[in-house]
Amino acid sequence: MTIEHLVNLAYIISAVLFVFGLKLLTSQSTARKGNLMSAVGMFIAVVMTLLIKDIIDYKWLIVGVVVGGIIGAFAARLVAMTQMPQMVALFNGFGGMASLLVGWAAYRVMYNFDLFTATTIFIAVLIGGVTFSGSIVAWGKLATVISGRPILFPGQTVLNSILFIGTLVAGGILLMDAPISPVMLLTIILLSLILGVMAVVPIGGADMPVVISLLNSYSGIAGCAAGLAVQNNILIVAGALVGASGIILTNVMCKAMNRSLTNVLFGGFGALTVQQEGGPEGEVKPISAEDAYFILEAADSVVFVPGYGMAVAQAQHAVHELERILEENGTDVKYAIHPVAGRMPGHMNVLLAEADVSYDKLVEMDDINRIIAGVDVCVVIGANDVVNPAARETRGSPIYGMPVINVDKSKTVIVLKRSMAAGFAGIENNLFYKDNTRMLFGDAKSSLAELVAEFKKK
Amino acid sequence: MDIAVCRSSCLICMSMVLVLAIFLGFEIISKVPARLHTPLMSGSNAISGIALVGAVMVAGSAESNLNIILGTLAVIFATINVVGGYLVTDRMLGMFKRGKEGGGK
Repeated sequence: MTIEHLVNLAYIISAVLFVFGLKLLTSQSTARKGNLMSAVGMFIAVVMTLLIKDIIDYKWLIVGVVVGGIIGAFAARLVAMTQMPQMVALFNGFGGMASLLVGWAAYRVMYNFDLFTATTIFIAVLIGGVTFSGSIVAWGKLATVISGRPILFPGQTVLNSILFIGTLVAGGILLMDAPISPVMLLTIILLSLILGVMAVVPIGGADMPVVISLLNSYSGIAGCAAGLAVQNNILIVAGALVGASGIILTNVMCKAMNRSLTNVLFGGFGALTVQQEGGPEGEVKPISAEDAYFILEAADSVVFVPGYGMAVAQAQHAVHELERILEENGTDVKYAIHPVAGRMPGHMNVLLAEADVSYDKLVEMDDINRIIAGVDVCVVIGANDVVNPAARETRGSPIYGMPVINVDKSKTVIVLKRSMAAGFAGIENNLFYKDNTRMLFGDAKSSLAELVAEFKKK
Repeated sequence: MDIAVCRSSCLICMSMVLVLAIFLGFEIISKVPARLHTPLMSGSNAISGIALVGAVMVAGSAESNLNIILGTLAVIFATINVVGGYLVTDRMLGMFKRGKEGGGK
């Protein structure tokens, strides 16, 4: 048995560990073990790769691993849970960049032209580049380094189409041109980086859950292509797993917004001010923290509906405190989580977990909608479009048909909101004008703190 | 192509592996509940750092100076992805707790 056989056998073990690790992620109680298992699989794959006899220089490998390891460990320890979406976006980008660099280096040592290898290198570099620059833009939008609003200009679609076709043409030349042409590869790298920026720039902040999922998928596909280029099985398997995972998440997110992927990618949702025929009927009824206290004090069941606003106001701990006080008061408390609440899949769950909220209090949208008519009070915290009844009632509304949490069907709704400004998508929210809705204006965190203070006073 | 020592030399075999892995991925991951979507994402993100294996092959083969630079950069990026991804997922999952009183649906 040669070293190569041994390494490939180890790869099989790694692949099995990745698969089991992901499988354990399907349940809350085993998820942590699954993550560890997957990490062990990665460790085995990397260490065994070092045995390959072609590896003659370990100096730079060690430098790379130490530098990357330190940066990664610090980033993972220091990041606040509210910054998780940015962090995931950035990591996606790094994965894409690594694949691009591997593809580039593989191309430089391809002395004999081989169509299959050249094709996979092209794919690795193209998707790796798009993933990297697209993720950097997504990171910028999420970290509000750049505006979260969609950036649109005339001729955008035409320009993007030209860029895309140009990249494909460059790819075609690369593949037809039997002698190795480094210039063409550099051109493709450059084009793919521009393409990534152009692809994410027109997408608004509220659509980021879709974009992050898609970029996650891309980083896997790029790794997969790099694996085909250097003919390494473990790269192919792991890349395919990640690619599949990202695509599933993308699909879940799109469904939760009732929009097609094409619409998200090219729609520029939120840039247009949507004209609605006739405003919503009814009037807005603002209340004070004391009024809200009386409503909550008398309630037997309360459902909190958090949204991105809760993340912005960092109000998750305040919510948890109110939850505890309400429970002491004999009230049944639950949290209703919309699949696209926040800026990435599962965003609200992570924030509430950080605040020590028990995960069996978190209820998914379909389950809560079944029982919502019996709920005394729904408290909407920084959520807007995901509770907008226009999705059911207003046929012309851009969000018509999107599944929402039907808070308006509960007995009373208290909306915690900074001001009457429309939500991210710029759509009027009919909920605010309903008879059973009360508005508690102000910063979510301080409003919640006032409510807690009211309870403590009495 | 000298860096590809671990080649499976057979296109069909590699395609087979690819297709089966995709199906397997779809099967497992569609069962992950929504509340675990963020850990799933950061965890699978760490797995996509598998590019590290490719990076190691490239950086260690010491073909030329430029390739060493490309390889080392790839190793850095991929290691950040791997180490950061697994650690942050672990940290996140450590926060997911069930309350003492239970509660239940």
